[in-house]
Amino acid sequence: MIRYILWRIMVMIPTLVMISMLIFTIIELPPGDYFESYVEELKAIGEKADMQEIEELRARYGFDQPEPIRYLNWVGGMLKGDFGYSFEYRMPVSDVVGDRVWLTILVSTVTIIVTWLIAFPIGIYSATHQYSWGDYGLTLLGLIGLAVPNFVLALVLMYLANIWFGTSIGHLMDQKYLNEPMSWDKFKSILEHIWIPVIIIGTAGTAGMVRRVRANLLDELHKQYVMTARAKGLHPFRVLIKYPLRMSLNFFISDIGSVLPHIISGAEITAVVLSLETTGPMLIRALQSQDMYLAGSFLMFLAFLTVIGVLVSDIALALLDPRIRLRGGSTK
Amino acid sequence: MTLENNVQPASLTHFVRQEPFDPYAVETDRGGTSDLDQASQLRLMWWRFRRHKPALISGILLIAAYVMILFVEFLAPYRVHTRHMDYIYAPPQSVHLFHEGSFVGPFVYGMSMKLDMVTLQRVYSEDTSKVQPIRFFCRGENYHFWGMVKSDLHLVCPAKEGQMFLMGTDRLGRDMLSRIIYGARISLTIGLLGVTTSFVLGIIIGGLAGYWGGWFDLVTQRVIEMLHSIPSIPLWLALAAIMPADWSPLLIYLGITFILGLLDWTGLARAVRSKLFSLREEDYVLAAQLMGAGSARIIGRHLIPGFMSHLIASATLTIPSMILGETTLSFLGLGLRPPITSWGVLLTEARTVSIVALYPWLLLPVVPVIFVILAFNFLGDGLRDAADPYK
Repeated sequence: MIRYILWRIMVMIPTLVMISMLIFTIIELPPGDYFESYVEELKAIGEKADMQEIEELRARYGFDQPEPIRYLNWVGGMLKGDFGYSFEYRMPVSDVVGDRVWLTILVSTVTIIVTWLIAFPIGIYSATHQYSWGDYGLTLLGLIGLAVPNFVLALVLMYLANIWFGTSIGHLMDQKYLNEPMSWDKFKSILEHIWIPVIIIGTAGTAGMVRRVRANLLDELHKQYVMTARAKGLHPFRVLIKYPLRMSLNFFISDIGSVLPHIISGAEITAVVLSLETTGPMLIRALQSQDMYLAGSFLMFLAFLTVIGVLVSDIALALLDPRIRLRGGSTK
Repeated sequence: MTLENNVQPASLTHFVRQEPFDPYAVETDRGGTSDLDQASQLRLMWWRFRRHKPALISGILLIAAYVMILFVEFLAPYRVHTRHMDYIYAPPQSVHLFHEGSFVGPFVYGMSMKLDMVTLQRVYSEDTSKVQPIRFFCRGENYHFWGMVKSDLHLVCPAKEGQMFLMGTDRLGRDMLSRIIYGARISLTIGLLGVTTSFVLGIIIGGLAGYWGGWFDLVTQRVIEMLHSIPSIPLWLALAAIMPADWSPLLIYLGITFILGLLDWTGLARAVRSKLFSLREEDYVLAAQLMGAGSARIIGRHLIPGFMSHLIASATLTIPSMILGETTLSFLGLGLRPPITSWGVLLTEARTVSIVALYPWLLLPVVPVIFVILAFNFLGDGLRDAADPYK
């Protein structure tokens, strides 16, 4: 088992290196850099930029060096926990980001758990009651969940909450707790707010997952061993619990890997609409103003989060299914 | 045969065939003379597809929608940028048939607006004294059909000297219905173009990886795995942010299409690769190789037709994510920008909840989005079932 985990982590490293190269390239691609757009902006409002300060910053962050060296600096810094400097906020990226990273992780994790809790029973029901009205209804509901853009759902929910409760449901906590350290009250406030984004982000993921659980379980249900077990007189429910469900559980865990990127994507958009204190709104702002270290670190962090999520799901899968850890290969 | 229902259930009826025995029956019976056996694969697929009713209906609706976008200028009652300064944020009008108990045909009532001096809001009310019958196949606003042929023929237009906003107007007094119809042109084609991009990339890359194997396959697999582990929306955002702001609308449109396709080919490439892995061991491939056919010919002529139907089905299922992607990117302000009109661009008008609360009809462009996505999903399901008609 330990060998498998080690092997799996080893595989992760080249992936992360490639992702970092890709992200660096994307961040570097726009013509010009932050300083140029900053100077332009100042010019537009009729002010003069302090060229000396800008030249200093440029030299300090190695903007005069060729790309490969800058890339190495960036990656090397990240390994040491230095995520670079946000030019827009004029402070280190790690200070700007602060809590947001943890809140993103929190929202994503809660969403995954909720997605699971909802998708699992519905998927089982749909598979065991194939072609019933319940199955059709749930399938249609799921499809609609897939079809409605996340941001529209967020807008509609906010609108309804406005009408029914007369409250605004944006944000992830009460504004007074925003820069406070974690406390019991803050935690409660987060709990009160978190369910809305979780519902919004979860819908699309849940719908997809229900479909896959259903298809997977149906494949198992039509296999001969199920028929044998039933022919021998085992209660249908017991048959279901004992064999096919276990088989499809494997898939269920490996599915986290494919759900996670969607959840994180969804979280970004929803965060913008609901103005959550997560990474979404800041990422978009950073991309627009070419604040490259901030944007790059955000993208890297989101990719890292996904890679770790897939790693965890792979390890859980290996724990569950000895065939995978003995073969030592990839699960895909 | 009536014996079957008799008192002796255990006894079997004795069946004697009346025709004389023909020892050469097997030789003369060519088999497969029925319609089912004679039908080509395409025909079998069509029969199979026809049985999937939701897919059939969705297919018809989608074809209708794509035909519709050829004639948007004719179908829309107004032009896409026409402003009605007297009717800013006007609510949707409803169509009536009867006026004071007598039948007049479809018409709308006129609207009168007054400014609420407390909230500074425009309040519109129906003016039931003004009956404005809707005209059909009528002369309305001038337009240039596809930017070339000048015409003023519309399917529906408001009464002369009247207005008709069946879905309300936006902050510049532009008719939402017309804008949604015009937006279909961009939103529907962006999915198709994006899928074409990813289709070409997927077949070429997946085909080479599956056919050559070796290091090329190894690298491709790594790249695909990597692209899979990056959340798509942030990556789309980053790519969309690259596009310079001074690009022409057409270039931005093509750029967005390309970005959407660029991240989507991985699934197709994987499918192509795994299919090729199993197919390239077939005897007919060996035969083709012995006859001197090159890789490109073998892949293109012999292997790909074998699973093209599967590919088309799975490509259909990825169109919805492209349409959603465009909508999302535009909504976040990093995709298409006005003056291009797509459903995503229209939805940016409903950006904040306070606007939605006041003018909920600005969310209407989401309705066609949902319908198109549902239709593509059903169609894809049906195509996937039909792709393997022998099952």
